[in-house]
Amino acid sequence: MYSAIVFLPLLGAILAGLIALIGSYRAAMVGAPKEGTADGHHDHAAHDAHDHAHDDHGHDDHGHGHDDHHASAPGSRPAEIITTGFLFISAILSWIAFLTIGSPEGQTVHQKVLPWVTSGTLSFDWAFRVDTLTAMMLVVVTTVSSLVHLYSIGYMSHDEHRPRFFSYLSLFTFAMLMLVTSDNLVQMFFGWEGVGLASYLLIGFWFKKPSANAAAIKAFVVNRVGDFGFALGIFGVFVLFGSVDFDTIFANTSTVVGTKIHFLSWDFDALTTVCILLFIGAMGKSAQFLLHTWLPDAMEGPTPVSALIHAATMVTAGVFMVARMSPLFDLAPTALTVVTLFGATTAFFGATVGLVQNDIKRVIAYSTCSQLGYMFVALGVGAFGAGVFHLFTHAFFKALLFLCAGSVIHAVSGEQDMRLMGGLRKKIPITYWTMMIGTLALTGFPLTAGYYSKDAIIESAFMGDNPLAGYAFAMVVIAALMTSFYSWRLVFMTFHGKPRASAEVMSHVHESPLVMTVPLFVLSIGALLAGAVFSGWFIGEGYGEFWKGALFTNPDNHILHEIHEVPAWVKYSPFVMMVIGFLIALWFYVLSPSTPKRLAEEQPILYRFLLNKWYFDELYNFLFVRPAKWLGRFLWKKGDGWLIDGFGPDGISARVVDVTNRVVRLQTGYVYHYAFAMLIGVALLITWMMFAR
Amino acid sequence: MTDWPILSTVTFLPTVGALLLLLIRGDDAAARRNIYWISLWTTLITFVISLLIWRDFDHANTGFQFVERAGWLSSSIGYSMGVDGISMLFVILTTFLMPFCIVASKLSVQKRFREYMIAFLILETLMIGVFCATDLILFYVFFEAGLIPMFLIIGIWGGPRRVYAAFKFFLYTLAGSVLMLLAIMAMYWQAGTTDIPTLLNHAFPAGMQTWLWLAFFASFAVKMPMWPVHTWLPDAHVEAPTAGSVILAGVLLKMGGYGFLRFSLPMFPLASADFAPFIYTLSVVAIIYTSLVALMQEDIKKLIAYSSVAHMGYVTMGIFTMNPQGVEGAIFQMLSHGIVASALFLCVGVIYDRMHTREISAYGGLVNRMPFYAVAFLVFTMANVGLPGTSSFVGEFMTLLGAFRANTWVAFFATTGVILSASYGLWLYRRVVFGPLDKPSLKGMFDLSRREIAILVPLIVLTIFFGVYPTPVFNVTSASVDNLITNYQAALSAAGKLALAAQ
Repeated sequence: MYSAIVFLPLLGAILAGLIALIGSYRAAMVGAPKEGTADGHHDHAAHDAHDHAHDDHGHDDHGHGHDDHHASAPGSRPAEIITTGFLFISAILSWIAFLTIGSPEGQTVHQKVLPWVTSGTLSFDWAFRVDTLTAMMLVVVTTVSSLVHLYSIGYMSHDEHRPRFFSYLSLFTFAMLMLVTSDNLVQMFFGWEGVGLASYLLIGFWFKKPSANAAAIKAFVVNRVGDFGFALGIFGVFVLFGSVDFDTIFANTSTVVGTKIHFLSWDFDALTTVCILLFIGAMGKSAQFLLHTWLPDAMEGPTPVSALIHAATMVTAGVFMVARMSPLFDLAPTALTVVTLFGATTAFFGATVGLVQNDIKRVIAYSTCSQLGYMFVALGVGAFGAGVFHLFTHAFFKALLFLCAGSVIHAVSGEQDMRLMGGLRKKIPITYWTMMIGTLALTGFPLTAGYYSKDAIIESAFMGDNPLAGYAFAMVVIAALMTSFYSWRLVFMTFHGKPRASAEVMSHVHESPLVMTVPLFVLSIGALLAGAVFSGWFIGEGYGEFWKGALFTNPDNHILHEIHEVPAWVKYSPFVMMVIGFLIALWFYVLSPSTPKRLAEEQPILYRFLLNKWYFDELYNFLFVRPAKWLGRFLWKKGDGWLIDGFGPDGISARVVDVTNRVVRLQTGYVYHYAFAMLIGVALLITWMMFAR
Repeated sequence: MTDWPILSTVTFLPTVGALLLLLIRGDDAAARRNIYWISLWTTLITFVISLLIWRDFDHANTGFQFVERAGWLSSSIGYSMGVDGISMLFVILTTFLMPFCIVASKLSVQKRFREYMIAFLILETLMIGVFCATDLILFYVFFEAGLIPMFLIIGIWGGPRRVYAAFKFFLYTLAGSVLMLLAIMAMYWQAGTTDIPTLLNHAFPAGMQTWLWLAFFASFAVKMPMWPVHTWLPDAHVEAPTAGSVILAGVLLKMGGYGFLRFSLPMFPLASADFAPFIYTLSVVAIIYTSLVALMQEDIKKLIAYSSVAHMGYVTMGIFTMNPQGVEGAIFQMLSHGIVASALFLCVGVIYDRMHTREISAYGGLVNRMPFYAVAFLVFTMANVGLPGTSSFVGEFMTLLGAFRANTWVAFFATTGVILSASYGLWLYRRVVFGPLDKPSLKGMFDLSRREIAILVPLIVLTIFFGVYPTPVFNVTSASVDNLITNYQAALSAAGKLALAAQ
């Protein structure tokens, strides 16, 4: 069953990929000359000539492929049905697995697929290890992914490259499933980089747009910076434990506590070092502060991609990894403090930037960034259950928000700027109401999904005993206010007020087809109920029976019990913040729409600072990109060209040529010159023979 | 076990093919076709026979297998052949890559087609001989003679600056080998034999080891190539015809690494231990330096050539970590690079044949007209970047892990190569393949022909196969590598130096 869950998406990806490849290859080979003489007897000219016609059109002029002129690739429909069908089977099986393993009698499943590497004492396999944490991720990944597949059938219906799109989506799902089902760190790394590849391909899906290509590369390279830390962390784990298998690692954590590891030139606490290195990997994947710059740019990809990869699943891989490695992290308090620091900072940072963005997708992207920070705060203070619970609920409501945003963009002919929206409430009521549900859940309105998980995080931060818990508490509470503000700002700017789009666009506004709204309904149910239904299992009294040790906590780590004893003002603070945020947004964007503009004019520096995302892109460009290019050119021209070649082969050959030239000059052609030279030579030789003995 | 001299058969079969080519006269289409098919069949048969070596190879045996001996120059210098777990797969790699070279040259080589094929077949004999020889002099003969056909291939069938590149290649490598010849003579006088199995068990005096090690290093470092003697490689690659680049990157570069494993480590263990930090430094510099240089290249082939130097940095680093992961990873990395770099050069060849330029700026948006090509190039770019699931990842990961065990600074700096390789690899891909197809010259291009598909698809399959299931390779190498490391540790502990290498 687990093989089916994981490999069905791969099969779908391969089939859809072949459809895409064969279709586009045939189109490209129309009229190709036969090559050589001995080269087969095929003739592509027989194929339909207008297969090929669409290839010369571009997507450049519009972001979303809503262009009815394109013929769609052959086999689009089969590709959609195959991939989506497989994903739904996979999702159903995942729910069965989740309910089996999450039930009190459930047990961790081990399943070996294929040996991978054996070398000396290093050995790891392709294998599945499914415990409650994995099963929960299976549900999140396959549910959101199958809904996104379904949604994409509608959303991408005008795109000419649908088989390719669905192939990438399924490939991503496969990699993500390999990541979460892994039984060792290296297979996890495979999934980790595999989702990176899929993300690269999907961000750059509209490959004719330079900005999409740039964003794709940026995402991959910034993630690689994180992977640099992750890889070193894996090496460190191997040196400490002699293995990269989770079971072996977790069984031996006690022997490693307090030992030192010699890393670079210093002796560090072994677990702290390894955990921080692993966390650097998580920072890259989960877009934490300093390594977050790729996530907003990743919005260049089609909106369903943002929902699946950049909101619900891939970006939470970092959270999953830290939770998976909780047996190590919980024994490394310093590392947890670092996690708290970055989580809290990200939660705050993401929220501040989200306040002023005008692109509807970027607001949600920064919101994701911020919410991931929340999850890390929970992990950092030792409340692993709360962090993972937020991952679970967030997947539903954030995917919902993105898909709603997609539906909005679909309605207004590809426009993403909220300043050109407004007044859409009546025109697209389903999108409006589902988006309301998502917004309520995100802001933590009582009894919605976000309410349970987010409040648990805020309370954990208050009760946490690491040195930065207080800082984290302050940051997440302020961020809660800003979350509420930017979420409602988004709703008001998009759906309320007077239409700011052109009359022509407004006349085209239409509600999305059923294939797109059904996923919205399903996710709305998740956004409303996921918290109430599952909070008992994830963080409540069913905790032990549900997790069965999948999330390790120290015997003296009782944080999830302690949060029930927080003072009343802490308990109510998120709610109060939410209401304040809502009221400010209402004041700014409904009651007195001139206020935000005036405020921006009064505080130009702050406004620009936020609008330009704290100037991180400019800073990194200055610090890393340009120096690397300069250094590369310098080493090439000066290092290789001038130094090595100049003093090496070219220099030597130049000297040889010099010497020969001089010798040539000596050659006068007069016999007596040569005779004279010979005499000198003979004299020298005789002298040497006489005196040398 | 076969009872016929399989190694000599595999080695000299290509020469037989070359002799057959001599019989063909004329330069018309029919002659070309005959030349092509004779060469192709020769290399294919050689490859199939070489697979028998793999089939009959005894994984548990750490010594040389399929041994052949015959008297030659004197009683102590003989013709002897044999393969062990370290060398066997390089023989297969060589025979595997040759048919691709032949097929890739079918249309791109216009002049002196027969001589071109003869040069390649002779080159194949010499390359296989290098990996099979178990006598120092024989090794040296094969090692040096291999220069000549390669020199001719670059110098005659190369690009505009072919003469400069050919001489640079020749002088660089020759300068290294002269020192190696001196060292070989010194070893003969000291040990009284040139038989490699005997020499492997011979303990050279510590002082002498240093000099011998340096002399061999001079030769292998150039071949590898290691920084700072790498500058011949970009020039040679740029000027060489596609198939020449394939062989250069796929096989010739591996001779340096093979030499380190066959001679430097087992015969001069004390010197190797002393020089390991030196090698680490050069390797790390190579990885970072050449990756940065690769980032700024404007010529596709040059970019890939620089990335080859960086990847060879992982190999040298892995070899000198002297732990199983590092050494096996290095061998694996060499084999994998043999496939991936060859494939990348073949990919460049595909578009060079169409456009006759290697300037990156001349391309852009190829995916619009060449979707299949874009897929193939993507797979190999990702392999070059070291994406898990491709063969490069296994080698890279293991060498880095080995390095981490030996020295964390080395691992730290070498791992930055992971970031840099992604930068230059994806940037190249973006500039060549993605984007709109604006340039009028590109509009008439067609996707891969069947011949090109037949070249690239097997390489795609192998790249992914060995990334997912590298066990067949490790089965072959592990016993010999363990033996190598055991002997190395024993030699060090005999000299009281084990503290240095205790892991």
